[in-house]
Amino acid sequence: MATAEKKSHALAPDTLKDFLREMLLIRRFEEMVEERFRAGELPGFLHVAIGQEAVAVGVCRALDDGDVIASTHRAHGHTLAKGTHPNELMAELYGKIEGCSHGYGGSMHLYDVERGNLGANAVVGGGLPAIVGSALAFKLRSEPRVAVAFFGDGATNIGTFHESMNLAQLWGVPAVFVLENNHYAESTPAKQQLPIDDLTKRADAYGMHAMKIDGQDVEVVYHAAKKALKHARDGKGPVFLHVETYRLTGHYIGDPQVYRPKEEVRELRRTQDPVEKLRSALELPDGEWEAMEREVAEIVEGSVEFAKAGTDPKPEDALKNIYA
Amino acid sequence: MPETTYREAVRDAMSEAMRRDESVFIMGEDIAEMGGSMGVTQGMLDEFGPDRVRNTPISEMAIVGAGIGAAMAGMRPIVEIMYQDFTTLAMEQIVNQAAKHRYMSGGQLKVPLTIRTQGGAGWSPGAQHAQQLEAWFVHVPGLKVAFPSTPEDVRNLLYASIYDDNPVIFFEHRTLYGLKGDVPEEIEPVEFGKARIHREGEDVTVVATGRLVHEALAAAEEAEGEGISVEVLDPRTLLPLDEDAIVASVEKTNRCVVAHEAVVRMGFGAEVAAIVQERAFDYLDAPVGRVGAKFSPLPFAPIMEEYVVPHARDVLAAIKKTVGKN
Repeated sequence: MATAEKKSHALAPDTLKDFLREMLLIRRFEEMVEERFRAGELPGFLHVAIGQEAVAVGVCRALDDGDVIASTHRAHGHTLAKGTHPNELMAELYGKIEGCSHGYGGSMHLYDVERGNLGANAVVGGGLPAIVGSALAFKLRSEPRVAVAFFGDGATNIGTFHESMNLAQLWGVPAVFVLENNHYAESTPAKQQLPIDDLTKRADAYGMHAMKIDGQDVEVVYHAAKKALKHARDGKGPVFLHVETYRLTGHYIGDPQVYRPKEEVRELRRTQDPVEKLRSALELPDGEWEAMEREVAEIVEGSVEFAKAGTDPKPEDALKNIYA
Repeated sequence: MPETTYREAVRDAMSEAMRRDESVFIMGEDIAEMGGSMGVTQGMLDEFGPDRVRNTPISEMAIVGAGIGAAMAGMRPIVEIMYQDFTTLAMEQIVNQAAKHRYMSGGQLKVPLTIRTQGGAGWSPGAQHAQQLEAWFVHVPGLKVAFPSTPEDVRNLLYASIYDDNPVIFFEHRTLYGLKGDVPEEIEPVEFGKARIHREGEDVTVVATGRLVHEALAAAEEAEGEGISVEVLDPRTLLPLDEDAIVASVEKTNRCVVAHEAVVRMGFGAEVAAIVQERAFDYLDAPVGRVGAKFSPLPFAPIMEEYVVPHARDVLAAIKKTVGKN
């Protein structure tokens, strides 16, 4: 890691506990999503980001209120970390009016514009150009805001990524490109889809400031994101934040993962679980951990109850919201 | 009523909006110093500066996408796509993103983006610089599509597009840029979905778009000499479409011909024909005629290009066939 970011200063234990609680909430929320999907209650395509929680929490906690994000098909964590209530997210997954996209979006199209979430995108790389444009709007209006795009290693092969990186750097817009490199494009491993080992080089190609960090350590992610956001906000141009992370489950719920050895997943779960890493780093007493688990479980179960009690849209509501 | 060209009228609409409103800006390839490949944005860099008249890389998906993002962040961007053939490169952003953000967000977002583009046959640009692709876009819920044919309409509709809260694909026809017409001093935004009847007639309605409006008017003139009274209706916006005006006109004339430069098969005219037979079947005295390009890419050799795309004589032939005088 040539430009590895080290922890410059430690965060207060209470802040880290707050991060842990948020990461645990995302983990338990997604486990519940898996469970409810398998129970046949959730329609649509669902992609969980179990193992990548530190990226969502580390980046989103570093954002200012006016900053905006664009997310991916693996969006639950980003959405929760950006401030959407678990009830509203779960209601969306159940296709209810109370959902954060009012039942029009689903898991791959989660929006919460009031909280700066300009939308998850089901087209790989599809949201990147818009982030350049939102950042351009902030720059033209001299607003101290940053637009942040999340995307995976698979997206670095698509045209929108390259055109967006090029345009963002050319125009020096306040954008941060967060590469969540989980080493698989759906099922396809890096060696079958990437001709280079270090994706940081892709930023070098555009002359963009880049950082490469360990995405399983939320404190590292937070500090790096703070630096990247400051760089962008200070008018020094966009930043490419290359985050090494791991997907501890399949591409989609039910993915048998025939493309990787079972031992790989077992080993990653043992060594690269960001929730466990932070828990042990904090040396959290068992009692405190159990209390946190209970608190989170209550929120997650509450979100399912909220969603199930939600309002179904009328069929003809399908014809609303097509035009402004 | 000063006379102005179609090209100047496009520029006037943009400049007027940009003078009035800081949120309006334009980006595209070669639009700044060069003034655009068709000279439409000439002089705008001097008046508005490089922040608001932004030259871009050759990068259609990024510039359309950047327009979407700026629009979602409260701006009213205009994106110029140099040739409509190049909208193919931005299709994902137009179809999956611009057209759907409002819907997928359950109404939280709006995308007030205008994508201007131009095209058309007539100068032998060949197969990749002369297509008419409007039918692709009218098929996509969430987009609006305009295709004005006169200086007055192009100015007023473009102004309306810039202030529309939805993504608008705005088609200009290359051979019309030099067309002169009287344009009122004040811009009066045209409501989308309102047709203009260029010429009233009794025997047949010709629904025409873009360059074919002028070909239809020429054909109507000739038909009049043969005792056929032709009504020429220009929808001006293809999405939304002024179905009522088309149906009312056909109920009066009892015959209909649709004329556009794009290929006939699956073209915009097919939808018009379907609407007319659904809503005015009992009024029809003849099948709806369709005029358009032959089912071919645009060839280079002028002799072949001339053969592929429709002209006034083709509209006249369709008129005569429809009224039973061929």
